[in-house]
Amino acid sequence: MQLEYIGAFNVVLGVLARFWPVWIALVLVMGASFAYKKRLGLYGQLFDSSVGIVGVGICLFWLFTAIFASTVSPFNPLVQIPIMKDALPGAVEPQSGLVYLFGGDKLARDVFSRMVYGSQIVLIIAPAATGFALMVGITLGLPAGYYGGRIDTVLSFLANLVLAFPVILLFYLLVTPGIMETPIPYAMAGLFFMFPIIFFSVLFWTRYKKRPDRLYILLGLTLIIGGWVYAGLVFDADPFRIIHIDPNQLNIFVAVVFASSPGVFRIVRGLVMDIKTRDYVAAAQTRGESPWYIMLWEILPNARGPLIVDACLRIGYTTILLGTLGYFGLGLAPESPDWGTAIKDASRLLRSFIHPALPPTIALMSFVLGLNLLADSLREQSMKD
Amino acid sequence: MLSFILRRLGTMALTMLCLTMVVFFLINLDPNLKKLAISQTEMHTSAEQLESWLVNHGYRQNFFSRYGQWLGIVPKQPVTDPATGKPARRFSFCNDPVEPTFSGVLQGDFGCSTKFKTTVASKLFPALGATGILMFWVLVVMVPISLLIGILAGMREGSRTDRTLSVASIASTATPEYVSGVIFTVIFASWLGLLNGSAASASRGITFYNFTLPVMTLAIYGIGYIARMTRASMVEVMTQQYIRTARLKGLSFGSVVVKHALRNALIAPFTVIMLQFPWLLTGVVIVEVMFRYQGFGYTLVEAAGNNDIDLLLGCSLVSVFIVLITQLISDVGYAFLNPRIRVQ
Repeated sequence: MQLEYIGAFNVVLGVLARFWPVWIALVLVMGASFAYKKRLGLYGQLFDSSVGIVGVGICLFWLFTAIFASTVSPFNPLVQIPIMKDALPGAVEPQSGLVYLFGGDKLARDVFSRMVYGSQIVLIIAPAATGFALMVGITLGLPAGYYGGRIDTVLSFLANLVLAFPVILLFYLLVTPGIMETPIPYAMAGLFFMFPIIFFSVLFWTRYKKRPDRLYILLGLTLIIGGWVYAGLVFDADPFRIIHIDPNQLNIFVAVVFASSPGVFRIVRGLVMDIKTRDYVAAAQTRGESPWYIMLWEILPNARGPLIVDACLRIGYTTILLGTLGYFGLGLAPESPDWGTAIKDASRLLRSFIHPALPPTIALMSFVLGLNLLADSLREQSMKD
Repeated sequence: MLSFILRRLGTMALTMLCLTMVVFFLINLDPNLKKLAISQTEMHTSAEQLESWLVNHGYRQNFFSRYGQWLGIVPKQPVTDPATGKPARRFSFCNDPVEPTFSGVLQGDFGCSTKFKTTVASKLFPALGATGILMFWVLVVMVPISLLIGILAGMREGSRTDRTLSVASIASTATPEYVSGVIFTVIFASWLGLLNGSAASASRGITFYNFTLPVMTLAIYGIGYIARMTRASMVEVMTQQYIRTARLKGLSFGSVVVKHALRNALIAPFTVIMLQFPWLLTGVVIVEVMFRYQGFGYTLVEAAGNNDIDLLLGCSLVSVFIVLITQLISDVGYAFLNPRIRVQ
């Protein structure tokens, strides 16, 4: 049976049309941000430079694509329609009359839908893993930089130990099917996921020690929400079945957090060592504030600029790491639509078909580029102050 | 200075000891040993046979004694042949000692590769040589291009050249090897047909045709990063007083850049280039797998994929060594290049 094709111009039109919820959301958010940029602080300042606008635009585009993935993509990313095997871009699927806009891959799945759904995996894991890495890095980097001495020596040695591992070797050791039979990933998850709870508990404790009415509410909320997420992620025992993570995804998550938290640690430590010589820190010390109050409420807010920039770059880097994992077939399920796995599958067949390779590569590149542009423009804006 | 280097070397030895122990532990986890036993014995072996294979090949000895044997501080015990009851070699394909001897990494014995059926040394070092050639060409391409881009961009901050080159270098840092590799292969191998999409033949002889794509792919990710660092350093130098003085005394802009700015601006990128080696190591693995070039990265993936314990340990040792030694060189070199820094 012969497939029908639509022309290149119609493919472009079709792709633009499929993204309609993304365009609407993008126009609304960008328009609102642009109109009120004076009142939006650092975020508003991004709209003063073209680099910043492009960066925000690309990041929001992929964010909305991930949110509206089920509306944007015409097909289920995992369903195979045998007649569409290796179909070229623009092939019409005979039964539903919908179009394989970017063609079909070797297992006859829609490349376009897979790319759209791939964004979901990346946009959940990369920012979340970066967030946890930030928590770990900040919680350990603050005392290392502030106290110095032995605690700094030990923590820095450990951080350098992890940094001396080539990332790829670390992943080959930590993300294997075998390791999931051992308690190692769960022990590491149990350790890493403690850090946000510790961080927020100490944060509220130091600030509201004298005001029990506020303190108990905030501490209670931290412990309940933190404990709930913790139970769901580490023990897979969320009583409401909302927070759930597959064992292989947990493994990837833990490995990525493990690989990127020493970097955050080093940055935080350096920043703290610089900031702790400032006058306002000396003033707080003279007032008799506790060391953790000074670290969390005096030093950390003043280190936020470089940390935000680093977080942006780090999300991009984590996206690259996830792609590397997918490319080597580590951790993620073989049929998973994430970009790295798609690039791996397609790159083996480049000699015969090139169309399944291009959408995931360009998607990954554009998302990381957007984040890097955002980070660059944030850095420029924060240097102006 | 000497005591600084000695202390750094001491830390380095300690780091390597800790890291190899961690790697040794992770590779020798029970599921991994089972996988090795399954791949090394015939199909459909029972659990007892797998266990006895592990015992016979010495994988069930105490963890620390095995680590010591690998390291060479505990004498390596020959295994007992169950048929004859006499001491025998662990694997027939490499010459393990038949009497207890100190034979570990410290003595230069890296062990046996179960995947390639040979000694680790005879597999690992040729692969390292092949990767060395790749690295050499990558550096030859990457360093001059990135320094040139960085200097041109940082020469006049905020100019159109600066903005164009900066965005270009941001774009290059957003392109990991597996992305640029695919895009370059599509453009140069599939569409234009100019270059070979596989470097498998490069092991026999390097030609422009089969080696350009891997070198290009590997270089592009690093170029952006080094160029950005060079630009930042150049921008900083160009705002210094002595540059203004040189300009005011009537020197041309070009001669100020070449004679006064360049030398000082190149100190920071030196560190960055040295610290790029660990990144290149990951890139090498991706590129060698993608273009089927039989080097270090390819060996590492094969070793990890087949649970080849000794080979993977050898690979980790080499990569960790490279990372640590480049850190040391960058620190020492920085102190030498920048007379304002004195090492305590």
